[in-house]
Amino acid sequence: MLSDKDRTLLKLIAQDCRLKPEELSIQTGLTVEYIEKRICDWEKEKVIVGYQPMINWDRTGDDKVSALIEVKVLPQRGYGFDKIAKRLQKYPEIKALYLMSGGYDLSVLIEGKTMQDVALFVAEKLASLEHVQSTATHFVLRRYKQDGIELMGEEETLQRLVVSP
Amino acid sequence: MNNYLATHVATLPPSGIRKFFDLVATMKDVISLGVGEPDFVTPWTVRESGIFSLEEGQTMYTSNAGLFELREELSHHLSKTLDLSYDPHHEILITSGASEAVDLVMRAVLEPGDVVLVPDPSYVSYAPCAILAGASVNYVPTYAKDDFRMRVEELERVYTPKAKLLVLSYPNNPTGAIMNREDLLPIADFVSKHNLLVLADDIYSDLTYDQTHVSFASLPGMKDRTLFVSGFSKSYAMTGWRIGYVAGHPDLIQGMTKIHQYTMLCAPIMGQFAAIEALRSATEAKNDMVTAYDRRRRLLVHGFRQMGLDCFEPLGAFYVFPNISKTGLTSEEFAEQLLKEEKVAVVPGTAFGPSGEGHIRCSYAYSMEQLQEALKRISSFVERRLNI
Repeated sequence: MLSDKDRTLLKLIAQDCRLKPEELSIQTGLTVEYIEKRICDWEKEKVIVGYQPMINWDRTGDDKVSALIEVKVLPQRGYGFDKIAKRLQKYPEIKALYLMSGGYDLSVLIEGKTMQDVALFVAEKLASLEHVQSTATHFVLRRYKQDGIELMGEEETLQRLVVSP
Repeated sequence: MNNYLATHVATLPPSGIRKFFDLVATMKDVISLGVGEPDFVTPWTVRESGIFSLEEGQTMYTSNAGLFELREELSHHLSKTLDLSYDPHHEILITSGASEAVDLVMRAVLEPGDVVLVPDPSYVSYAPCAILAGASVNYVPTYAKDDFRMRVEELERVYTPKAKLLVLSYPNNPTGAIMNREDLLPIADFVSKHNLLVLADDIYSDLTYDQTHVSFASLPGMKDRTLFVSGFSKSYAMTGWRIGYVAGHPDLIQGMTKIHQYTMLCAPIMGQFAAIEALRSATEAKNDMVTAYDRRRRLLVHGFRQMGLDCFEPLGAFYVFPNISKTGLTSEEFAEQLLKEEKVAVVPGTAFGPSGEGHIRCSYAYSMEQLQEALKRISSFVERRLNI
């Protein structure tokens, strides 16, 4: 279990991983040494697995297509779904992979340059895999919110008085 | 037309904040640390329930005391968070913001000749409300050396047998001071000894850092002597909704309800529905805001100390109150010159009472980027003054 101060620290890093240990120290009251050690530990323990900015690719003008694929899989004796998942996660086209409850088993988020790319990947790499029973491809039409960030519309601007009691 | 104004209104001094506001309003591109309200928008779940109440056609008056559902929810909330027990039927009155509650308390209990003991420095409304209710005010100075906590010695010094009401406003605006149980117990003895009533303005009770707020009303024997005032503005970023409340002895609540029913009728219904949702679903959103304030608080305290100024560590509200007397300037001179030279607005400590001299109030209800830029500008201003 995380302690309260570690949880605060980790949340801060999750919000903005550009913050230097010195800045984190000022804002949390923890020492720089403590923060550096914790970050180092978390990286080793794979609690922190990467530092990535969140990019809204739709605004870059680059061609990019995403699709969510529902995959039904026959579980393998002794492995369940892990063996096929291990194999799938190696594909760089697959950006996210989840085991789901409900009507299908694996949820696969795929990114490609064109719809053709995605369709080809599903047909050749995914649907043809042994143990895969069926796939259903849903193309993403528009992103409204991603990783907790609202992508649509203007930011709410505060109309506060400049000085108030 | 001034001769038509009642004397007690005509002679009421204007708020020191107002004077400064007028000055700031004439300038462009000012970074202001002068705002006494959250920089967050009300959490979505709360806004959505306000919208839903409109869709449902909830646009009527409510009962004078406020929606029973809200009073009941408040009663649970106060019991769970502050160990206070108030009967939602007779001991809670919903008001149009905590400001109305402060006014109601003063008008319900004060008579000409009465004296109100008010912490100095403190929020700007207490003294004018007391004066409008026909009473007068004795300030109880608080000092940086005591972390701006109220001390019984000072209370005894300013006490008069005419004193009827003591105002306790902790966490404090503008200092950010808090009072813990050990600080409050001697005050409770003082209150009992002199048979006083207490107006406990606990509006910032949710905004404390590394400490849990202790309400004066929860001390042994103090519930009936205390009028507990609070609201949703600061905790849930709901300033514009105007929902506050006062809780206390049924006789006193009944008296206040009489004034409220003639002058306000009821608090806005949409805000009352939104407040119910705030209590039920916005605890996490509230805690996230507190965490954000805490980061900014540490940043500002660190920033002022780096400049070589004394800055007591505030443990509540969202203000820091650094001592600027090293610069050789008064609070007002500092605020005015800083505004003109660096375009940063802060509020002179004297706007909150004479003991605020030598200090400025800086709010940290701003984004990190704004605070960092403001600190940079204040720092170069202070550096110039210290090097003269």
